[in-house]
Amino acid sequence: MIEFRTVTKKFPDGTVAVDELSLVIPARQTTVLVGSSGSGKTTILRMINRMVEKTSGDIEIDGEDIYALNPVKLRRSIGYVMQNSGLLPHRKVIDNVTTVPVLNGVKKAQAREAALTLLDTVGLDRSLAERYPSQLSGGQQQRVGVARGLAADPNILLMDEPFGAVDPIVRSELQQELIRIQRDLGKTIVFVTHDIDEAFLLGDQVVLLEKGGRIAQQGTPAEILSRPTSDFVATFIGADRGRRALRVEVVNGRNVVVDEDGRPTGVLQS
Amino acid sequence: MDLFLDGFAWIFDPAHLSGPGGIWARIAEQLSYTFGAVAIAAVIAIPLGLWIGHTGRGRDIAVLSSGGLRALPSLGLLIIFALGIGIGFKAPLLTFVILAIPSLLSGAYAGVEAVDKRTVDAARAQGMTEWQVLTKVELPLGLPLLIGGIRSGVLQVVATATLAYFASGGALGVFINDGLKTRDYAELIGASIVVTALALVLEGIFALLQRLFVPRGVTAGQITEVRSRPVRPRAVVGSPIQEGK
Ligand SMILES: Nc1ncnc2c1ncn2[C@@H]1O[C@H](COP(=O)(O)OP(=O)(O)OP(=O)(O)O)[C@@H](O)[C@H]1O
Ligand SMILES: [Mg+2]
Repeated sequence: MIEFRTVTKKFPDGTVAVDELSLVIPARQTTVLVGSSGSGKTTILRMINRMVEKTSGDIEIDGEDIYALNPVKLRRSIGYVMQNSGLLPHRKVIDNVTTVPVLNGVKKAQAREAALTLLDTVGLDRSLAERYPSQLSGGQQQRVGVARGLAADPNILLMDEPFGAVDPIVRSELQQELIRIQRDLGKTIVFVTHDIDEAFLLGDQVVLLEKGGRIAQQGTPAEILSRPTSDFVATFIGADRGRRALRVEVVNGRNVVVDEDGRPTGVLQS
Repeated sequence: MDLFLDGFAWIFDPAHLSGPGGIWARIAEQLSYTFGAVAIAAVIAIPLGLWIGHTGRGRDIAVLSSGGLRALPSLGLLIIFALGIGIGFKAPLLTFVILAIPSLLSGAYAGVEAVDKRTVDAARAQGMTEWQVLTKVELPLGLPLLIGGIRSGVLQVVATATLAYFASGGALGVFINDGLKTRDYAELIGASIVVTALALVLEGIFALLQRLFVPRGVTAGQITEVRSRPVRPRAVVGSPIQEGK
């Protein structure tokens, strides 16, 4: 469990990116932070591994103040996957994946063996292990990024728009892959996106943020969909545009679900 | 043309080649100055440059002071040092160290600075210590520019080391001085040819080295990348989040 208690982040230039945030991120679930650009999602995420230092408040992991820990050690115990994959261009795929275990003192041969298994996990062919990142497609690089994030078998995985830079088809593949991985591994995932559909797809809990990291609404996708608590939320999730306002029409004796424009999207099974 | 032939004839005259004051001995002196001065300058300038590149601190001071050092006339310095610490090899060596420092310093910090900030950020976020970020990421990726700095330092010193004779420091300048004084144009031109050839050979070696030290993954990308992707952005000004040391 990760807990923020009245955490504020003020950057040296005076920008208050996160203003007195209190948030509980439950263990072994996926929590998605969603909000428009500049709402403070990345800042919140990076305060968890201390890549951004908080200005005030408390941040705890499993009841332990993260400021009592050495930041390097903390980071090695937390997986981090970012939008541009952030792979080291001068290291082969396999060496990128083994970076953290090797830093942690795992024997190279052993780490490589584990890394190959991880490539399977994220759906990458083992033959890519000896390539350099620049020789991979964007989607493949993201998979390597995920494998690297998982390599030290961390309890916590931070993901900052990891699928933001790939085309919709690859993105959907990667999302399904992540859902499968999470079913198997049960990590505490904190996932940042500004795509509300992605948030609803992946999140056990969705946290909708407004400027300054203020929570507009927090809950399961169903809770947020069924009862948006403000106009902002309604707009953000698309309820006002009727995108989510589906209705049922009976066609040929079956319940067909149609959207606002009357386009069928599926059939209700009863 | 005749003069050049005379020059070559002078070079290949066995009487000039060997012996204590011969061409080989003077080449050895010229190279000793070059590599000695660059090695000493490297010990001072490279760690400093890496530190400046890594922390981003002291950059302005480095730019200013290396600009200032570059503006110093080597001959003037040499004479001042020779008057101060006496003639011999020390005064020229000191002069050439100062000559080499700016190139090495800027090569080192430019190399580190040119590394994509997002790559460095990612390395740190994985849990690398600052030392590991420097040695495992910034140094290997910045190596081509760093070697470029060494290259230009070496070339500057090898060309300037002919001045050493002003402080009775030997090296190839002795022949040039001699040739001028005795109006022995064959010697003058022969010695100039040797200096030029030396510089060209060193230049060639470094061009090769620089190529060799481009990190594998970086060249791999350049060669196989058929899709046109923008060149990776360099040290971005005001990229959103760079905190977290
Ligand atoms: N290093 C920094 N210095 C000053 N201000 C910053 C810095 N990093 C972020 N900010 C500001 O803090 C606010 C929140 O930024 P943050 O990157 O957390 O937003 P975000 O929700 O991740 O946005 P996006 O969806 O565009 O990634 C923004 O106003 C941003 O300009
Ligand atoms: Mg962000």
